[in-house]
Amino acid sequence: MVEISQLLFAAEKIHAGDGGWWADTAGIMLVLPFVAFLVILAFGKKLKYKGGEIAVAALAINLVWATVLLLMNANGGVLDQTTFEIGHIGSGLVFELGWVVDGLSILMFFLVNFVGLVVFVYALGYMKDDVRVDWFFAAFSLFAGAMLVLVGAPNLIQLIIGWEGVGLASYLLIGFYWEDLDNVRAGNKAFLTNKVADVGLILGAILVGVSIGSWDFGAIDVAAFEGAPELAAVATAGGLLLFFGAMGKSAQFPFHIWLPDAMAGPTPVSALMHAATMVTAGIYLMARMFPLFEYMAQNVRIVMIVIGTVTLFGVGLLAIVADDIKKVLAYSTVSQLGYMMTAIAAGGYTAGMFHLFTHASFKALLFLGAGSVIHAVHSNNMSDMGGLRKFMPTTFWTWVVGALALSGIGLSGFWSKDEILATMGERGLTVVLWISIAGAFVTAFYMARATFLTFFGTYKGDGQPHESPSIMTVPLVVLAVPAAVAGILNIPGLSLPRLGNFTEWLAVRLVPMGDHHAEAINFGLAAAGLGAAVLGVVIGWLIYYPDKETQLQRDSFEIPVLFPLLRKKYYIDDLALGIVALIKGPLARFVDWTSTYVIDGFVNGIAGLVKVLGVFVYDTLDQRGVDGVFNGLSAAADGAGSVVRKWQSGRVQQYAASFVAGALILVVLFVFVI
Amino acid sequence: MLLSQFLVLGAALFAFGVYGLLVRRNIVLILLSVELMLNAVNINLIAFESVLVSPEAIGHVFAIFVITVAAAEVGIGLAIVLMIFRNRKSANVDDLNLMRW
Repeated sequence: MVEISQLLFAAEKIHAGDGGWWADTAGIMLVLPFVAFLVILAFGKKLKYKGGEIAVAALAINLVWATVLLLMNANGGVLDQTTFEIGHIGSGLVFELGWVVDGLSILMFFLVNFVGLVVFVYALGYMKDDVRVDWFFAAFSLFAGAMLVLVGAPNLIQLIIGWEGVGLASYLLIGFYWEDLDNVRAGNKAFLTNKVADVGLILGAILVGVSIGSWDFGAIDVAAFEGAPELAAVATAGGLLLFFGAMGKSAQFPFHIWLPDAMAGPTPVSALMHAATMVTAGIYLMARMFPLFEYMAQNVRIVMIVIGTVTLFGVGLLAIVADDIKKVLAYSTVSQLGYMMTAIAAGGYTAGMFHLFTHASFKALLFLGAGSVIHAVHSNNMSDMGGLRKFMPTTFWTWVVGALALSGIGLSGFWSKDEILATMGERGLTVVLWISIAGAFVTAFYMARATFLTFFGTYKGDGQPHESPSIMTVPLVVLAVPAAVAGILNIPGLSLPRLGNFTEWLAVRLVPMGDHHAEAINFGLAAAGLGAAVLGVVIGWLIYYPDKETQLQRDSFEIPVLFPLLRKKYYIDDLALGIVALIKGPLARFVDWTSTYVIDGFVNGIAGLVKVLGVFVYDTLDQRGVDGVFNGLSAAADGAGSVVRKWQSGRVQQYAASFVAGALILVVLFVFVI
Repeated sequence: MLLSQFLVLGAALFAFGVYGLLVRRNIVLILLSVELMLNAVNINLIAFESVLVSPEAIGHVFAIFVITVAAAEVGIGLAIVLMIFRNRKSANVDDLNLMRW
């Protein structure tokens, strides 16, 4: 348990306030989306936007709280926690729900509500004529609400509740068009892949919670900071298990296979899932548990770095061969999540979270742009697009902003990616550093390919594409602003008036984070990253820009061996399927055998026993016993009747004689016997 | 007073009644035998009352009840006998064996 005094002590050290009324009532953000969910389910169908306005209203109110808290945190810091005890195991392990308000959760509150609100408004236009719009907005609210429960969680238990809630909502939304079996399968794949990883999270939570007697993040942070021996004993195993859980949600290699398939859902879902909710949950968990990895489980970081590096480069390559524009973005998300994971593993708590922050704005922007394109072209495939910059100028320009930001050229992505590179450089991770720079090249290359194939050349699809309505383009412009300028928040050594510095925002935690963040701009690494990105764009321009006759010819660039391998997605999906099939066959046969011989035998045995029992009951008890009794009784009555009826002779004097005889007997009895 | 003399008289009357009841074949005579038995009881009631001087000794009240009941009984009995005789042209109880199994 974290004592209030401990909280105050920490707050004094970093001169943080308690957030006053706004922090005390911050829990409203965790509740409102669920209220919206229920209201939409109940009344959604009758409303003009099928409940979309309620979802938007809930997030708009939330954003007020998030913004106020963000500004308060930027001006001195906010550190507060409100919990309600729900139950306890014995007297030690207390189960609480509530909300924590500190630098990290405030950032996530703001991110989820801001990106969520923009995407919800966009969805009002995008989903206008779609099926089951009220259900869509209800599930969408549930998605945002579950993520807010997750990021506001003061302990691991509530985090798991939100974590599973996010998984449930994503399953519902990925399989939203369930008329098509493939979409249902994609939903199942996402859910099951995540479930495998969730086992790690739950085991890790149990291990850590039981070892120090509390699931409270504050207690874990303090224990890690002070080097509590009982936590140290399980730190490596617990850290590995928690990371295993984070690998599933944050789609780290080889759990990334669910994320591209998750594109089956409506595009706003992809935007929200990739920007603010769902995939960021794993990164958030790592950031939340950062003291554990910083002060205790350092050896887990090696695993994290290896996985993160493989993810950021290997999965990024897959985006080069994808034809589905949303899958390009999906692979790019996985790659960027790899950057974040590697950064946090390398000690760059701020760098990883800053990349998450900027990535949220520009990846939401790119997805909404892709949605706008798909809305106009009615196809996900880039081979059906081309030349769209003339038809859709707003979408095109905002897409360019997003693409440049993602590629790390000048805009927000440049600053956050540079900070990750600087962290790796300072940590002496040379190999990882160079792979990351190569990853930056790959990122720029596939974004150039997507941009040129979609917006340049000649249109190859059907019909006449047209710009999307303003309810969809305005969110694009709104998101383009932070995608362009968010980088200035964390330029080393720069503190903005009234806003301060991103590093300071995030440092508002119960214990010092001890993370490595750059004190000054590392011009050498910045130049290397920028150079790789520009090189990627230039090569992309050379290959994909020339306007040949058909789209297929423009996309015919091929590298032997590598590209076929990429098209097969490194055979990982097949491998996973193979493993499943390998287990499935014998398992199925075993289950069949068990069913035939054990269960059927058991059932048949019971049935036989029942049958024998039935025969016994019928023949012996019923026929002989019960029937015998009744037959005997009736036969006795019959016999007695045949005897006694003879006494009824009809002769009055006989009766009188019997009467007199009886009276005489009574007289004899009374006089002589009694 | 000789209570035993009255009791002997009552018992003798009762015995005659029983005898008549069992051996006579004519229904009217059987009814007369029943009257004999009732009067034997009346004699007993009056005899005991005269011996017991207590105010609670009210045997004569019961004797009057018995006479009343006997009168009613004879009235109904003779009416039944009359109807039977009209239907069956006989007052012999051996002929009256309809009420048997």
